[in-house]
Amino acid sequence: MQDATHFQGLDPILKVENLVVEYAVGGKTIHAVSDVSLQIARGETLGLVGESGCGKSTLGRAVLQLRPAVSGQVLFDGEDLTALRGEALRRMRRRVQLIFQDPSASLNPRRRIGDIVAEPLVIAGYKDSRERQELVEEVLNAVGLDPALVTGRLPHEFSGWQCQRICVARALVLKPEFIICDEPVSALDVSIRAQILNLLEEMKGRYGLTLLFIAHDLAVVKAVSDRVAVMYLGRLCEVGPSEQLFANPAHPYTALLIEAIPVPDPDVRPSESVAIGEPPSPITPPSGCRFRTRCPRADQRCATEVPELRLVAPGQYAACHHPLA
Amino acid sequence: MSGSALLSVEDVAVDLPTPRGNLRAVDHVDLSVGAGRTLGIVGESGCGKTMLSRAILQLLPKKARLSGRVMFDGQDLARCDASALRKLRARSLAVVFQDPMTSLNPVLTIGTQLIETLQAHLELDTASARKRSVELLAAVGIPAPEQRLSQYPHQLSGGMRQRVAIAIALSCEPKLLIADEPTTALDVTVQAQILDLLAREQRRRHMAMILITHDLGVVAGRTDEVAVMYAGRVVERAPTTALFKTMRMPYTEALLAAIPKLEAAPHTPLPAISGRPPDPTRPLHGCSFSPRCRYVDGRCRQEKPALSDAESPDHQYACFHPIRIAVGGVT
Amino acid sequence: MATLELAINEGIAAPPVQRARRLGPLFWMAIGWVALVFAVAILAPVLPMPSPTDMDMLERRAPFSPDHWLGTDGLGRDELARLIYGARISLVVGLCAPVIGLTIGGALGMLAGYFRGRFEALVVGSMDVLLAFPPLILALAVTAYLGQSILNLTLILGVLGIPAFMRVARASTLTLARREFVIAAEALGATHARILLRELLPNVMLPLLAFFLLGVAVTIVAEGALSFLGLGVPPPIASWGSMIGEGRESLDVAPRLAFIPAIAMFLTVLSFNLVGDTLRALTDPRQGAL
Repeated sequence: MQDATHFQGLDPILKVENLVVEYAVGGKTIHAVSDVSLQIARGETLGLVGESGCGKSTLGRAVLQLRPAVSGQVLFDGEDLTALRGEALRRMRRRVQLIFQDPSASLNPRRRIGDIVAEPLVIAGYKDSRERQELVEEVLNAVGLDPALVTGRLPHEFSGWQCQRICVARALVLKPEFIICDEPVSALDVSIRAQILNLLEEMKGRYGLTLLFIAHDLAVVKAVSDRVAVMYLGRLCEVGPSEQLFANPAHPYTALLIEAIPVPDPDVRPSESVAIGEPPSPITPPSGCRFRTRCPRADQRCATEVPELRLVAPGQYAACHHPLA
Repeated sequence: MSGSALLSVEDVAVDLPTPRGNLRAVDHVDLSVGAGRTLGIVGESGCGKTMLSRAILQLLPKKARLSGRVMFDGQDLARCDASALRKLRARSLAVVFQDPMTSLNPVLTIGTQLIETLQAHLELDTASARKRSVELLAAVGIPAPEQRLSQYPHQLSGGMRQRVAIAIALSCEPKLLIADEPTTALDVTVQAQILDLLAREQRRRHMAMILITHDLGVVAGRTDEVAVMYAGRVVERAPTTALFKTMRMPYTEALLAAIPKLEAAPHTPLPAISGRPPDPTRPLHGCSFSPRCRYVDGRCRQEKPALSDAESPDHQYACFHPIRIAVGGVT
Repeated sequence: MATLELAINEGIAAPPVQRARRLGPLFWMAIGWVALVFAVAILAPVLPMPSPTDMDMLERRAPFSPDHWLGTDGLGRDELARLIYGARISLVVGLCAPVIGLTIGGALGMLAGYFRGRFEALVVGSMDVLLAFPPLILALAVTAYLGQSILNLTLILGVLGIPAFMRVARASTLTLARREFVIAAEALGATHARILLRELLPNVMLPLLAFFLLGVAVTIVAEGALSFLGLGVPPPIASWGSMIGEGRESLDVAPRLAFIPAIAMFLTVLSFNLVGDTLRALTDPRQGAL
C-alpha cells in the first residue's frame, strides 16, 4: 500500500484524497479526474502540468468546490471542504483564491475596477467603505498599479496583462493563505509573462502564500514551482521536486513532454516526435494505464493493471510499470 | 540575396484608420523568401506580423490601405485584380491559420471542404477529387481517412483539425505556404507533430514557407532565416543560426532572456522586459523599443534607426547600439 | 518597482474614445420627435386647445382652420386634441405594458438561465404555453370578462410580452453564467442573489433594455391594432388606433382622418426603434475598446 501523500510532508495545508470528478455532456460521461491524491505543504508552490483535457483545471476547480466531486475528500487545514455548505463554505473561500487564465474575461465588463477589487471585501463583510478603499489601494500598489488611475475605469480600457495584475490584486485583497493559479500567463505575451511570474513570486513572499500553479508550459511551471505533478487524462503520472523531475523524469509521458518543448537553440535539432497519435477521449479512457496507447514502452500488463504512484527516487513518485531508469 | 526570391515584400506599409487616429500596423517592411526555404517571422501580439501576412495574401480589412509591392513569382499581388488573385490562391499561395475551428467551416463536412477546393482549383471531377482527398488526409497523418470525409470539424480534436486545414492548404500544390501561428492553439506534443508534418511536406514539395509565431523556440530548429518584428517594423533579420549565435538587437536578446528555460533552477527571477508593449496608435519619434531598452540613450529616443547590414549583407538590424558580443559571452 | 509602475501607468492615462461622433442626425431627429411626443402628452391638460371629446355636429370633418389646426373628425371633435390625447394612451400603454414583460419576464429568464435544471424546464414550458395561446382570444376574453379599460389593456399586452423578455434574458444569462468573472464571484463566496444582482444583471440589462425599446414600439402598434378592432380603450377616449378605425369610414371624403394618426404612430415607433438601436450600439462596452 503506497503512501498516497508522496511527500515528506511537514504541515500540509492542502490534502486531496482520492478525488474523482466526472461530468455529463450530452449523455456521455467525461472522466475528468480519476482518483487523484496529492498534498501541498504550507508555503510551497506545487506545479500541476499537463496538456488540454488532462483534468488539471477541473482538479483546481474541484478543490475549491466549484465543481462537485463524485467521491473523495479535500482537506484544507484539516477541514473537509467537500462536507461544507452555505455560510461555512463561504467563509472558507476567503482563505483560498483563484486566478484565471483569461484576464479580461475574469472581470465583469460592466463594473469599475475599484468595485471589482473591493468585491471580496464586501462579500466578506467589511462594512466600512473607507477601510475597504484603503485595502484596495494597498493591494493595487502592491501589484504595481496606481489606484488613482485605475479604480474608476472599466476592464475594457486595459490590456490583457494589466487585467491580470488586477486579477492578482483581487485575489490578494483578503490576504488569503492559498491561491490556485489556473494558467495565469498562457494568454499573455512572452515578454509580459516574465513580469507576471515575477509578480507572483514577489507576492508569494510578501503575503506568505501557498500556490497551486496549473499550466501546460513546463518551463513556466518549473520556473515557479518547488514540486511538480504531471497529469494525463485524469490521473497523476509523476510527482517530484522540480529540478529532479526535469533532470531525470521517470514516467515516459514526462519525458515526452520535455522532449516536445521547442528549444530556442538552433543547434538542437528537434527530434522526430516519438509519440504516436493524439490523446484519447476522456469519455472512454484506455483501461489500465491511460498513457499506454501512446507509450513506446507499453505492454500487456499496462492494459490490465492501473499503475499506482510508486517511489522511484527520493521524493519522486511515478505511476508506471516500466519507469525510465 | 542568394537565388531568385519567390516572394519579395518591398517597402510594404499597412495603415488602418481607427477612432483614435491612424494606426500604422506595418511600417515599411522588406522581406523575401526563396523557393524551398523557410522564413520565420517572430514577434508578439501587436507587432504587425498577422497584418503583414494578410497584406501578402491580399486579405486585409476593407478599411486598410496598403502601400509598397508584394512581388510573387514576378507579379505584384497588390496590383492584381480579383480573378487573377483567385487563380493564384490555393494553386500557388496557401495559408494555414491559428485556430482550425474558425478556419474550417463548422457546418460542412471535411470531405465537402476538401473536394470543393480541389474541384474549384484543379477542375477535377468528383470521383478523382474524392480519391485525392483521401490521399491527402493520409499524407497528413490522419488515421482512417475514408471515414473522416463524412465527419464534421467539431468531431475531430484540435490537432486533427489543424491537419485537415493543412491538407486543404496543400491540396493544390502551392509554391508558398504561410503558416500563421499554426500551433499556438495546440498542445505541446501535438505541436511538435504538426511542425514535423509541415517540415516534411515542405521538403517533399520543395515548397517555400513562412512560419509566423511568437515562440523563438519554434523558429530555432525549423527555419532557414528569421525576421524579428516589433511595433510594425522588422528590427532584425538574419539566417537562423546567425540570429541566435550573434544577435544584435537588444529586443531579440531581451525576448530570448525572458523565456523561462528548462535548464534554469526554479525560483530564479526571470529577466522581464520592463515597460509595456508599444501603442500602435501613438508611434514614438525615436526607436519604438527605446522605453524598454537597457542600452537606450538620447539618440535612440530622437532618431529611428534604419535597418542596416553594416557587417554582413545577410544579417540586418535596426539599432544604434547593437550587441557586439556573441551570445554566451560576457556583456 | 517605481519605474515599472510609471511605465505601466502610462498606458492607462489615455482618454476614452470620443463617443459623440457616432450619433448621427437621424438619432437626434428621433430623440427630438420622442421628446416632442412626451412633452405634448404630459402637458396635454394645460395646452390651450379644445377638449378631445367635445362634439360639434356642425363642424364634422372640417378642414384645417385656425380654430381646429388639424380639422375635426367624423363627430366634430378636434383632431389635434384627439391626436395629443391619443399620444398619452399610446405612451402609457406603450411604456407600462413592456415594463411588466421586462420585470417579470426578465426575472424569470435570468433565474431560469442561472439555476437551470427542472426550474428552467418549468419556466420555458409555461412560456411556450403562453406563446401558443392566441393573443386575440386572450384579449377578447379579458375584455369580455373584466371590461374594456386602459388598465386591462396594459395588463393583457404586458402579460403577452413576458415570454419574449424571458427568452432574451435567458439567452443572455446562459452565455454569461459560465464566464470566468461569474465563477470568480462564486469563488469569492458570493451568494446566488449577489451574483444575480451584481454580476449578471448589469450585463443582462443591456440586451433587455434594447429589447424593451423594441417592445415599446411593438406595443404601440399592438394597442393601435386592438383599438382599431374595438377591443382597446373604450370610446370616447381617443387613441391613435381607434382614430384610424373611425377614420376608415371617411376614407373617400377625408382620408386625412385615418392618415394623420397613422403617420403619428409610424413616426413614434420608428423613433423608438432608432433610439433603441443607437443606445444599444453605444453602451456595448466592447465597441468602445479601440
